Amino acid sequence: MQREDTSERILIVSYLVIVLVFLLILRLWQLQVLQGDEYRRLSEANRMRIIETPAPRGIIFDRNGIPLVKNSPYYSVSLIPNEFDRNRLQQLSTLLNMPAAEISEIVRESGSSPFVPVRLKHGLLFEEVAYIEARRSDFPGLFVDIEVNREYIYGNVASHLIGYLGKLSPAQAKDPAFRDLSPDTFIGQWGVEKLFDPVLRGTPGKRVIEVNALGKEIRFLQEKPPIKGTDITLSIEINLQQEAEKAFGERAGALVALKPDTGEILGLISKPSFDPNLFTRGITQENWQEIINDKKNPMLNRALQSQYPPGSTFKIVTAIAGLEQKVITPETKVACRGGIQYGSWRFGCWRRQGHGVVSLHKAIVESCDVFFYEVGKRLGIDKISEYAINLGLGTKTGIELGPENHGLIPTSQWKLQTMKLPWYLGETFIAAIGQGYIAATPIQMALMMNTVANGGNIYKPILIKDSPPVLTGRSKASTESIEIVKKGLFGVVNEAGGTGWAAKASFPVGGKTGTAQVVSMKSGVSSQAERFRDHAWFLAFAPVEKPEIALAVLVEHGGHGGGAAAPIAKIAIEEYMKSLQPLDRSGETSSIIDNGHPSVHWKYPDNGNRNEPEPPGEAVRETRGE
Amino acid sequence: MFKIDRRLINNFDWVTLTVTMLIALIGILTIYSATRPLEAEGHSSFFLKQGVWLILGLITLFFIVSFDYIWLSRFAMVFYVLGILLLMAVFLTGRVGMGAQRWLSIGPLSFQPSELFKLIYVIMLSHYLSLVKPPLDTLALFRTFFTIVFLPFILLIKQPDLGTGIIVIALFISLLFARGLQRKVAVLFIIIGLISLPFLGNIFWHGLKDYQKSRLVAFIEPEIDPTGIGYHLNQSKITVGSGKFFGKGYMQGTQGPFRFLPEKHTDFIFAVFAEEWGFFGSLILLLLYLILIVRGLDTVRKAKDDFGRLLALGITAMFFIYFFVNVGMTLGLMPVVGIPLPFMSYGGTALLSNMIAIGILINIRTRRFELFH
Repeated sequence: MQREDTSERILIVSYLVIVLVFLLILRLWQLQVLQGDEYRRLSEANRMRIIETPAPRGIIFDRNGIPLVKNSPYYSVSLIPNEFDRNRLQQLSTLLNMPAAEISEIVRESGSSPFVPVRLKHGLLFEEVAYIEARRSDFPGLFVDIEVNREYIYGNVASHLIGYLGKLSPAQAKDPAFRDLSPDTFIGQWGVEKLFDPVLRGTPGKRVIEVNALGKEIRFLQEKPPIKGTDITLSIEINLQQEAEKAFGERAGALVALKPDTGEILGLISKPSFDPNLFTRGITQENWQEIINDKKNPMLNRALQSQYPPGSTFKIVTAIAGLEQKVITPETKVACRGGIQYGSWRFGCWRRQGHGVVSLHKAIVESCDVFFYEVGKRLGIDKISEYAINLGLGTKTGIELGPENHGLIPTSQWKLQTMKLPWYLGETFIAAIGQGYIAATPIQMALMMNTVANGGNIYKPILIKDSPPVLTGRSKASTESIEIVKKGLFGVVNEAGGTGWAAKASFPVGGKTGTAQVVSMKSGVSSQAERFRDHAWFLAFAPVEKPEIALAVLVEHGGHGGGAAAPIAKIAIEEYMKSLQPLDRSGETSSIIDNGHPSVHWKYPDNGNRNEPEPPGEAVRETRGE
Repeated sequence: MFKIDRRLINNFDWVTLTVTMLIALIGILTIYSATRPLEAEGHSSFFLKQGVWLILGLITLFFIVSFDYIWLSRFAMVFYVLGILLLMAVFLTGRVGMGAQRWLSIGPLSFQPSELFKLIYVIMLSHYLSLVKPPLDTLALFRTFFTIVFLPFILLIKQPDLGTGIIVIALFISLLFARGLQRKVAVLFIIIGLISLPFLGNIFWHGLKDYQKSRLVAFIEPEIDPTGIGYHLNQSKITVGSGKFFGKGYMQGTQGPFRFLPEKHTDFIFAVFAEEWGFFGSLILLLLYLILIVRGLDTVRKAKDDFGRLLALGITAMFFIYFFVNVGMTLGLMPVVGIPLPFMSYGGTALLSNMIAIGILINIRTRRFELFH
């Protein structure tokens, strides 16, 4: 190793060292200068935690200001696995009253970083929380969270209308409309909660804190308080809703009650219903299975989605069409001998012994089928359909609550197009009494009743109290025709032989019974298996003179409209009228309602010589109507 | 034995000492900042301990300079045997730290024999090679390897202290080339090296502990699991990068005190410095190291004998490898290997042995004219 030789080689090595250090400097330049902003952001993100403080959701009230939901405190226990001493697992298991294996399982399944808290148990009571808090210092990494839970005060009542909250679904998480929401946010997933979600939701606040790598809070930096969601006042009346639901009992069905002069929904029932409280903290698999496997399908909103033949309630339409087309007058008489023969077909009246000679009024009151066969024959299917459509049937009502079916009003053209067959007169007969192809949803029937009750204005059903009415159409039926039919409807409930006696109340109620055939079997045959039993309809409005409420009730497999549906309608109407009482004591309708002295001598206002109604007590023992 | 005269004082290598002390002081300041508590509780005493070790190191340095380094050559064999015994003692009594046995406790003191051994090893290797007539043939090469390199390499790998193990091999190769190989041996050496690389790699991979394997995987793809094996690497890059051009300012770094960056005051001390002082400060620090290395290489050139030349080169190479691998690792250019940054990383034994090494370098440079004694 010569000196000169060494010097030369050392020089080369020195250059090599300089080049390598220059490489480090280049890398430093890249990290600190070129990518510095990004890394600065990442280091800030490391230590800043933005914690969203959820905004209290707006409260939903009924039309009288009774809260239907509340935001109640809700406790949960979480654990930071990294900080937890595994030797204390058994003690933790005792503290939380849950098996040690379950705790391990939850922690293992969470799978994320051991610094991220894992929720072990939720829905704790305050006493349990107090117990845990007192012993928490023995369990590092364990802490109690307070959140806000949506509680549905009335449980199953009005659940289809109010709806429920749920976590963002994977599809919603991708939707730009929910981009600002954190993935854990609960939003309205059903009913009013969903429809008015943007209003109810409010704006979440933010807490910015500084944390260390273990997630421990070091310093509090800033806070933006949440803004509470807006309260909404629904048009529904909770007592009506609650009592009517009770009246349904275990039976499936639907009820829609409207306010005739505005189209506000006073009540909306679909039975069976579900308990929205099950959904608010993430429904358990078990509960969910139970709901979706239920044969009666509690998640189906029957009021909007199920369509049934309207049965005799459709006679309201046929009667109006007949009067308007002048094929009948109130004086027109038809002899009912229990049925009519047409070719080789016989079309029976529900009352086999016949009604004798009937006028329009009696035909409505006693629901004589033969009379309406004759009216249908004189009108033809297309005229019947014209008035049905004109009264709002066959099209969606426009309620914004969720998917809605449009029902079906057949025409001869419709049959030719869809079935390639001509329309038969026999089909007109059964269409005239609301059977056959005709189908309508409970809300459509309620809206039709509402339109008749208010004299012909078709409103869009709305959900918010005192919001401006939306007039979507106007029936071409004349006031005279409607009045004639309304008199008949009053008679249905209040006159001898009326099929709707069960709805008779201490104020004048008008209504119409209906029976929707489930299978093409003779109606009126009882003792069938329940699933073959007919659906019971009842449409009603009250008080007749100046209607405050119009409704449709459907009881699936309920049998006769008068027996199954009318009592529910009566309860709904009475509850609603009761709710009006204190408010309207000085108003013009106060004379109508007087529960203290129930007046049983109601007569149709402009008609003094109709049959005297029987006292309701006796009517109960009377021969069953339809 | 002691030779302190005017000439010694006149020729004393103040540059190396000044640069070393600057780096070491920067190191203590950085340790102070990296280990500062977030709450008002007491500050950990790491910076104080490091200061004590630095003073101890400085005294040892002057002691080393005071006699001719030629004595090191004479005692090389004794040091070497003692060093091997220390490494073996680690197995018997060593306490386990970080999944590896590296420390040895004597009373209240615990020190890392491998840190001291690397210096003994350089002395021994330089001594041995200075006795062999260059250029080296194949036989000399194998004899050197099995006499000096093989045993400590196995002992270190078994600890396992992979970092020091690799440095042992790297220093062996550096000194072989420095001493001079026969051309054909050099060519053969390179060819064998290239051919055996995959085999070595395979044996190497199977011999690794799981945490070592995952560090390699993390180096290749740090984003695979940012909270797991890639964590060190990602956090280190974030720490360095977030310093930007002028840094966050002294005591303003967050990555270390907030515990996002692991090993903040030991292996990743450079990241903490770069976070607080930015590109500007880091550039100055890198230049200080560069001065130290280039000055060391100049000492190699000026050394009065073969032993001095080899020893100066070995020490300079050792510093450079440690420095380059550590900074390269911090900047995400290399896999995470547990190698400290000389003079800055917290660690008493390392600081002390590095100060001794600097003492030897200064000694060699200072006594460059004492050709005949």
